[in-house]
Amino acid sequence: MTQVLERPAELARESSPAARTARRKALLEWIAVHSLGVAAALFFTLPFVFVLLTSLMSDSQALSRDLVPHTWEWANYRKVFDTPGFLTWWRNTLIYAGLGTVLTVVSSVPVAYALAKFRFRGRNLALMLVISMMMLPPQVVVIPMYLFWAKQLDLSGTLWPMIVPLAFGDAFSIFLLRQFLVTIPNEYLDAAKVDGCGDLRTLLRVVLPMARPGIAAVALFQFFAAWNDYFGPQIYASENPDAWTLSYALESFKGAHHTDWNLTMAATVLVMAPVILVFFFAQKAFVEGVTLTGVKG
Amino acid sequence: MAATHTLKAKHRRSALRTLAFLSPWLIGFAVFFAYPMISTVYFSFMHYDGFRPPTWSGTKNWTYVFEHYPFFWPALRNTLWLVVIMVTLRVLFGLGIGMLITKIKTGTGVFRTLFYLPYLAPPVAATMAFAFLLNPGTGPVNSILEKAGIPAPGWFNDPDWSKPALTLMFLWGVGDLMVIFMAALLDVPKEQYEAAELDGASAWQRFRFVTLPTISPIIMFAVVTGVIAAMQCYTQPLVAGKVASGVIQGAGTMFEPGYPEHSTLTLPQLVYNLGFQRFDYGSACVVALVLFALSMAFTALLMRRRGGLIQAGD
Repeated sequence: MTQVLERPAELARESSPAARTARRKALLEWIAVHSLGVAAALFFTLPFVFVLLTSLMSDSQALSRDLVPHTWEWANYRKVFDTPGFLTWWRNTLIYAGLGTVLTVVSSVPVAYALAKFRFRGRNLALMLVISMMMLPPQVVVIPMYLFWAKQLDLSGTLWPMIVPLAFGDAFSIFLLRQFLVTIPNEYLDAAKVDGCGDLRTLLRVVLPMARPGIAAVALFQFFAAWNDYFGPQIYASENPDAWTLSYALESFKGAHHTDWNLTMAATVLVMAPVILVFFFAQKAFVEGVTLTGVKG
Repeated sequence: MAATHTLKAKHRRSALRTLAFLSPWLIGFAVFFAYPMISTVYFSFMHYDGFRPPTWSGTKNWTYVFEHYPFFWPALRNTLWLVVIMVTLRVLFGLGIGMLITKIKTGTGVFRTLFYLPYLAPPVAATMAFAFLLNPGTGPVNSILEKAGIPAPGWFNDPDWSKPALTLMFLWGVGDLMVIFMAALLDVPKEQYEAAELDGASAWQRFRFVTLPTISPIIMFAVVTGVIAAMQCYTQPLVAGKVASGVIQGAGTMFEPGYPEHSTLTLPQLVYNLGFQRFDYGSACVVALVLFALSMAFTALLMRRRGGLIQAGD
């Protein structure tokens, strides 16, 4: 930012006609870029604004074409919380997302470490299989998996069919962590070995502290994958509303409050808000995670 | 002799160590990938409704899906529409926003955060929001369009507009591509721009001959991962169709998927429809295998030995 402020001043000092044209050009470009920026910002934020405004309207006004509430009905949010089941759905979501995240990290870290740092035959094949699993639509294997959980183990209507698989390594998390661990220089690992550390000790004492940002990114992505999951609860929990999660329940909330866009939008805000709040605390980990999976092969 | 012996022991120890570290994934691969894949192939040749024991049916499920199931071809067409049109628009828009953010010099952090936030919106919540924003009766978007004198489309209620409405929603969530393109654009060496400028290259020529060659692997990455994501598109079209049709009464409701007129039907939805609404697990497995073949074809493109975008070796 300082650069921009300095450069026109510097040009002004030489006030030749050429310098003046250059200055005017820079100013015009600044205006054009920032107007485009504001237009884009409106496109990205207005949906949030309209959703928020509608969530604060009265029942009758939510059916009208008004954009701004006449009276601010903060009680809408209390009504949403009073909906039977709403607190259960919060609890289920937190169990699925929380327990799932812990299991994913614990089971994926050693696998990613081996794929990043061990030399063994079939390593490239293993990594290719991880990537293939990551790209696999969940619908491809859902029929046998459903029959396995529901018919053989009789666990449909619970969260377990969604949580237990996460104890066996999640392909996306393994891939993201592996991309991160590859960037840790081997010298650190060799030094630990010279000091007499075994593999497990090296992983716990040397690699884990350095991999903290990667683990944070994986934990966040996994937490939100569970938070956002619709298909899993639809397959395994739909028959039992006591096992629904927020993302799945949101749609039936609209069903129960057929015409009440205000309450539906209040519920929508309540499902979005935690994600956005967490983002503000962990912005760096998010952005790092996205670039790690996308840019560094 | 003793030396080779210890060497062998060392090898065995390192193999065991590798196995130990990989074990969570090896078990997961066998139980949650290999076993269900084999079962899916098996069930695709069986008649199975979940109640009576499965019976051999030969290729009946396959001919049923391809020739008689009324939703298969519309779903495949819709999926291809999303793969071609939505992915193209998303990559172009993501690149545009990525370039814009590298040019913004004042309040960069604020702009970047605002552009990124929609990407984080949970899919069901985003779909509920857009079903409201774009609803033809009282939705704010159509209110504004009508005030401006622009004919307002029916969005999720009009078969010609439901896919554009979905696309608009996916463009809104373009924040992940913005971040990837931004990182790639900042990696283009500054000297190359300066050299091109000295040679008298116009802005377009600088983009065409300096920027584009450098970031083309990232564009390819965005295209291929976008195609894979479009193939998996499930939650958003399903929820949008349900909300717009107004038939949601909670779980277990029989919902004819793809409202309006199959226009939001995608391949993954067929697996659910066949398996969990019609209890025809065999035919559901046929669609699952079609989906598998398509996504593996695109994944292979992502991992080709040369020119591949994800390298296995280091």
